[in-house]
Amino acid sequence: MMRTLYAELNARFPLGELTVQRDDLAFITVEREHLRALLLHMRDREGFTHLVLLTAVDWIEDGIFQLTYLLSNRDKRCDVGIRVMVTRVDTSMESMHDVWPTAATYQRELYEMFGIDFPGSPGVHDPFILEGWADIPPYRREFDTKKFSEENFTHRAGRETNDPAQYMKKQLYPDGA
Amino acid sequence: MVIYQPDRSKYPSHKADGSLDIDLTSGKYLKLWQGPNHPGITGNMSVELTVCGDEVVEGKTHVGYLHRGFEKLMERRTFIQCFPIVCRICVPEPDFNEYCYAAAVEELAGIEAPERAHWIRALILEMGRINSYMMYLGGQAGSLGLGVIGQWTTYVRDLMLDRFEELTGARIYHMFILPGGVRDGLPDGFESRLEETLQEIERTMSDVFDVMFCNAVFKKRTIGIGYIDPALIEPYGVTGPNARAAGVVKDVRKDQPYLVYPQLDFEPVIGHDSDMYTRADVRRRDVAVSIDLIRQIVAKMPKTGPLMTKLPNVLHWKIPRGETYIRGECSRGEYGYYLVTDGSGFPRRVNVRGPSYTHAVALLEKLIVNVNISDVAALMVSLHTYPPEIER
Amino acid sequence: MKDELKKRTIKGPDGFEFEVDPLHDYYCDAPPKVHPPVYVKIVEDLFNWARSESIWILGFGTGCGAIEMRPLMTPRFDAYRYGVQWRPTPRQSNLFIISGYLSVKTLKRVIRSYEQMQSPKYVIGLGSCTINGGMYWDSYNTIKKLDEYLPVDLYIAGCMPRPEALLKGFEDLKKIIRAGEGEGANHYAENFDWYKANQKKVINDWDMPDYNW
Repeated sequence: MMRTLYAELNARFPLGELTVQRDDLAFITVEREHLRALLLHMRDREGFTHLVLLTAVDWIEDGIFQLTYLLSNRDKRCDVGIRVMVTRVDTSMESMHDVWPTAATYQRELYEMFGIDFPGSPGVHDPFILEGWADIPPYRREFDTKKFSEENFTHRAGRETNDPAQYMKKQLYPDGA
Repeated sequence: MVIYQPDRSKYPSHKADGSLDIDLTSGKYLKLWQGPNHPGITGNMSVELTVCGDEVVEGKTHVGYLHRGFEKLMERRTFIQCFPIVCRICVPEPDFNEYCYAAAVEELAGIEAPERAHWIRALILEMGRINSYMMYLGGQAGSLGLGVIGQWTTYVRDLMLDRFEELTGARIYHMFILPGGVRDGLPDGFESRLEETLQEIERTMSDVFDVMFCNAVFKKRTIGIGYIDPALIEPYGVTGPNARAAGVVKDVRKDQPYLVYPQLDFEPVIGHDSDMYTRADVRRRDVAVSIDLIRQIVAKMPKTGPLMTKLPNVLHWKIPRGETYIRGECSRGEYGYYLVTDGSGFPRRVNVRGPSYTHAVALLEKLIVNVNISDVAALMVSLHTYPPEIER
Repeated sequence: MKDELKKRTIKGPDGFEFEVDPLHDYYCDAPPKVHPPVYVKIVEDLFNWARSESIWILGFGTGCGAIEMRPLMTPRFDAYRYGVQWRPTPRQSNLFIISGYLSVKTLKRVIRSYEQMQSPKYVIGLGSCTINGGMYWDSYNTIKKLDEYLPVDLYIAGCMPRPEALLKGFEDLKKIIRAGEGEGANHYAENFDWYKANQKKVINDWDMPDYNW
C-alpha cells in the first residue's frame, strides 16, 4: 500500500528514495523546493491531516541536517515521514506554520536547539526552553555536553564511574595482558 | 476606569499585522505572572498573562523549568544504558516511555518480544493510566477548591502504587519494560490483590462522581468554559481525551492497535460539548474502561511462557541503520518515540513526542483569551498537561 | 533585561505620572544579617523545640520529587501529625525541600523564593540529584552540587525516596534543629558573597537584585 502511494506521488512530484519500515510506516525523501506542495497535497487530497512531529537529525559526517515531517492518516491507518535534507551551515528553511499552526512550536524548538531558522514563524526567535544560553545550539553533534557540564558546574568530589568493559578487563586480566 | 462592554468579540482591537493592540503604559492592562509554583498544579510551567480588569487578554506559555536535555544525554549512552533514564521523562506516568523506547529498539534490531511479555506490558500500561487519571481528578477538583477529591484519589493511587511495588520493586520509576520483554512475571496472589484494589477504585470513583460531578458549584464553574472548537483539533494536533471530548474519535488503541489491544473488547469514550466538564467526564468514564481492560487482560493472559527473548551482548549491541516511530495512547493523548540509529552502539537521535507539547503551548495560548483569571488554573489542568514531557 | 524591569516613567489612568524602578523599589538594599541566638540557653532550647515541631514547607515542587510529596498530605502517611504543613508563599514557610534536580532556570526562582523566606529557615535536598547530579551528571542544564548555591541542612538519598524516607528525614531534621544546629540562614548570611558568586557563575541573565528580601 505504501508503494502504490509512492508511485502516485512520484507521478506528481519528483521524489527521492523510499524506505518502507513497516506496513503502515514509510519514509520518503524530497527536495526542499517541493516540500510545501507535497505537504499541501498530502494534507488536502490524501487525507494525512495530522502532523505528528517535526524534528531534525544531525548527520555531521555528511554535513546535513535531516528534517523529518511525520504525517499520519487516521482513516487509512498509516504514517508517512517526509525527509528533507538541509545544509548545516547558516540553515534556514521555509516555515510551515500556515499549513499546520502547531508546527510553530516545533520550529521554535528547532531554532533553539539546532540553530535552524524558520523566517516568518510566529515567535521563533523568542527563548523557549533555555534561558540565558550563550553557547552553540545544544543538540548539534559538535556540542559536547559532558565537557560543558564539567567546566561550568562544580561537581562533588569522589565520584567513580565504572565502565563495565574496563572493570571486567581488570578482573579477568589483572596484570594488564 | 474601564467601561464594561458586553460584546467581547472585538476587544481588544487588533493591529494591522493581526497581533493584539495592547499598550502597557496606558494603565488599562496589567501583566501578571502565574509562575512555576501555581494553583493549576500540573507542574512547573508558567503562563504570562496580560489582564484587563478581571479577564485575560493574552497569554504566553513559558516552559523549560524541567529541561534536562534528555535527547542529548541519550546520544551519549548505549541502548541498554538509555532505558533507566527514559522513564524519568514523564514523571507521573513513566511506563509509556519504557514501552515506546523498548518497542522502537526491538523493531530496529529485529527482535520480537514473547507473547506473555506483551500481556504484562499491556497490564502495566493500563495500571499506569489509572494512576494518571487519579492524579488528574485530584488536580482538577483541587484547582476549583474541592480539595477532598485529591485526598481520596491520591489514597487510591497509593494502593495502585503498592501493586506496582509488588510487581516491579519500585513505586514510581519501574524500569520494568526492557527491549526484548519484561523483567519478571506476576508474583503469587497478585491477581487477587489487584482485584481488591480495582474494587476499592470503583468504590472511590462512585463517591467521586457523587461529590464532584453532581456538585452544583463544579458544574457552574466548568460547563461552557474552556471550549475547544472541533475544527481546531487537526490543525493544532490535539489528541487523546481532549479530542474525544470534542467528538473527534482519536484513540491509538483503536486506530493503530499495538500490543494485545486487538484481542480486547472495549469502546473509546466520547463526549460532544467540548468544555471542561465534558473533558473531566470523558476521563472519568475512561477510568471505568481501563478497569474493565485490566480485568480482561488478567483473565486472558497466558500463565506460563518466556518473559524475555535472548538478547545479544547488550554492552556491545550495535543496531543497523534505520529510523522508526512507535506510538501509544497514554492518558493524555498520543505518545510517540522517533528513533534513528546509525549502525553504532549509541542511538543517533531519539525524539520524544509528548501529547502536552501540542496542548500546552499553542492550544493554551489560543484558549486563554477572554477567560477569567480564576479559571486559568482550572483550564490548565483540564488540558491535562505534564510539563516534563514538553521540554524533556 | 526585559522592558518591565527597567527604570521608567508610567502614566496612570487618571493622567498622573510617576517614576518606577522595579529592581530597587520593592527590594531590600542591605545584604542579609546574621541572627545569633539572643536569649539564655534554656529559652533558646524552648524556641528551637517549638520551631522543630511546626515545620512549614514551601509548596514548590521543583522537580521529580514533588510527586512523592503529595502522598504525605493524605491520611496514609500523614505528615500533618508531625506538625508539617505545606504553605503557598515563602513568607509563611521555614523549610524548603528541593525535590530533585534543579535546572538553571528553576535555580533562579528557587534563589528568589529562598531569600524571601524569613529566618530561621532550613533546606532539605531530596533525591540523589541534589547530592552529586544523580542521573543527569553530564547534562548541560542541571546543577550538580546543591551545596554551592544554597546552604543545605539535610540530604535524603534515593530516586525517588519513599514517603517513609521523607518522614524519617523530617525526624532527623527535628533532631538537628533541637540541637541548635539549624544554622543554614546564618551560614548563608555569613558567606553571602561566596554563594552569590557561585550563583552568578551559573545563571547568565541575572535580572534580579542581589538580595531578594
